[in-house]
Amino acid sequence: MSNTIIQVENLGKKYLIKHQQQGNYTALRDVITDKVKSFGKKIISPWKHKQSSTYSTTEEFWALKDISFKVKQGEVIGIIGRNGAGKSTLLKILSRITEPTTGSIRIKGRVASLLEVGTGFHPELTGRENIFLNGAILGMSKKEIKNNFDEIVAFAEIEKFLDTPVKRYSSGMYVRLAFAVAAHLEPEILLVDEVLAVGDAAFQKKCLGKMRNVAKEGRTVLFVSHNMAIIKNLCQSGIYIQLGKIAYHGSAKQAVDYYIKENLVKEYSNRIGYSIDKKALMKCRTKGLEINNVEILNLSNPGLPVASSDNIKIKIYYSASLMFISPAFILMLKDQNGVEIFRLSNMPISGYIINNLFKDGCVDLEIKSLPLVKGIYYIDLGFVRESVEWYFRAEDLIKLDVKGKDIYHSGLELDRSRGMIWIEHSWEHGKI
Amino acid sequence: MPNRELIIEAGRTERLYWKDLWNYRELFYFLAWRDILVRYKQTVIGILWALLRPLLIMLVFTIVFGKLAKLPSEGVPYPILVFGAMLPWQFFANAFSESSNSLIGNANLISKVYFPRLVIPTSSVIVSFVDFLISGIILISLMLWYNFWPSWRLIALPALIVVAFAAAMGAGLWIAALNVKYRDFRYIVPFVVQFGLYISPVGFSSSVVPEQYRLLYSINPMVGVIDGFRWAILGTDVPFYLPGFLLSIGLVALLLMGGLWFFRKTERTFADII
Repeated sequence: MSNTIIQVENLGKKYLIKHQQQGNYTALRDVITDKVKSFGKKIISPWKHKQSSTYSTTEEFWALKDISFKVKQGEVIGIIGRNGAGKSTLLKILSRITEPTTGSIRIKGRVASLLEVGTGFHPELTGRENIFLNGAILGMSKKEIKNNFDEIVAFAEIEKFLDTPVKRYSSGMYVRLAFAVAAHLEPEILLVDEVLAVGDAAFQKKCLGKMRNVAKEGRTVLFVSHNMAIIKNLCQSGIYIQLGKIAYHGSAKQAVDYYIKENLVKEYSNRIGYSIDKKALMKCRTKGLEINNVEILNLSNPGLPVASSDNIKIKIYYSASLMFISPAFILMLKDQNGVEIFRLSNMPISGYIINNLFKDGCVDLEIKSLPLVKGIYYIDLGFVRESVEWYFRAEDLIKLDVKGKDIYHSGLELDRSRGMIWIEHSWEHGKI
Repeated sequence: MPNRELIIEAGRTERLYWKDLWNYRELFYFLAWRDILVRYKQTVIGILWALLRPLLIMLVFTIVFGKLAKLPSEGVPYPILVFGAMLPWQFFANAFSESSNSLIGNANLISKVYFPRLVIPTSSVIVSFVDFLISGIILISLMLWYNFWPSWRLIALPALIVVAFAAAMGAGLWIAALNVKYRDFRYIVPFVVQFGLYISPVGFSSSVVPEQYRLLYSINPMVGVIDGFRWAILGTDVPFYLPGFLLSIGLVALLLMGGLWFFRKTERTFADII
């Protein structure tokens, strides 16, 4: 307790996602017209107030929820999780770039964050000028920069090009210089987001050495990375964030193992023939029902990409917190032009009744001898309750890459030039 | 280890804000320095542009208002009359347009690094202030050329510069913060600047405005500032219109305080919406 340096309690960050709107900023025009509209509605029907329909295009999204943890002084802690899990949002809140929606954080000591390499670099300025500018932006004083100047230049190996505008630098030089400046920050707490993935192997090694030194000096480091080897190597403890929540907090090794067990299998299957659109998956995370993952297994050739005529299984993992009356999962398979080729649903098509959803459950759908020819296909996933109402519908959730297969050993792989689908068939010939 | 505890909580305004601002004081300088350096990179005549632009405008105004329209010149050479007003107006106009775009121009900084956001618009005002000082050289040259000696009133100039600074800051903060959310203001600013040049007494003396409208005229805060500048630099016998000046000062103070309040209120969400 005594040397807790960061204490995070019930941290949450909510974003409002606007659908259908183009830019990421509001035009005054829209605000005014909205206000006028709602004012007009009030005049027309003054008793019906607070209709939420005006803002039906906005949706809440919790990037982080109920995050609580403590970090001790001198601890090097790795934060892992898939893209979009909320790792960067957490670092942004810790470094005060953005404000939390709920919860509190107590930090003892000076914080420096390195969320991006070369923030604030100006392409027109020379290397020398950028060292001073970037240093100042990261919170160093002019004196500190001057004292470290030679070291920074030596670390970045750019002595010859100090007075060349950085726009003429190679990207390697640019990154080296940027990291060199940041590496010479001397805060008590350092927040680092996936910045080591850049540069060549030799430079990465150098950066890691620098990071290790920082840790040795008793400073606290929070480190986001997708490189599990580095996390295991560099960090003592690890936090695994999954969809905005802490899924595991413990030793770095165990966190990594947990992460690999949970994800890399899936990520591996990502590589074998299909991929999931994360944005679309977000649409399947609505009130009361959240689709956590969708998997496609190749039963004919486990571990290989899906090919024509394979038997496959589609697994839909979900978490439900509400009751649903006659729930129905619907999958629509379309070709690249958006033409629907077939549709599958437990209700009404198959008449497979699901009585109730579990808190955590999985729906399996098996397809024998996939009738698709070689090509790219998209699958929509929808959910209907009470047989009428779309609860959600995620378009192009799955991109499926069906490989060609010489099914009849005729030397021919079926593709779109020979029809839209393949059907199982056989030939016989005889004399009557 | 300095055990300053930092508490981040939802909806809580930073108590250590002003201290932080002081800690980041060098950043004001560095950002201003960057903008000045960058502006004249890859130009042939470089910093001379800062002299050339106001000089040309002054020439045009002298010819149009002084020679063609034959407006009264208060007994001083018309170029000096114009330039005494050009100085504060150009400062205000530049600072206003630069700071209004400053946050958007530094969006990558805002979304990736923490520092008090107030640094950004302030340093663009500082950049314009440097231009102002450079233009001051032209005024001094003009005065030497016309053999025109200022009176003791010149000592009031620093105070007037502070007022001009406050006016530019106040207006800049408002627009900068609004611009983050509503980009409409990007289109309003050039219009205001162009419009303001004609409704402010830049090309002419404010004594041409009928007496009964003087107070109304002073609702434009730059009227007080410009009149003050002329009064201090030219040392003419034209009576100083005090009520108008006080009104302008009051409005400037209001603008600045409101700007600070609004900026502080909205800056916490900048990173999310920029």
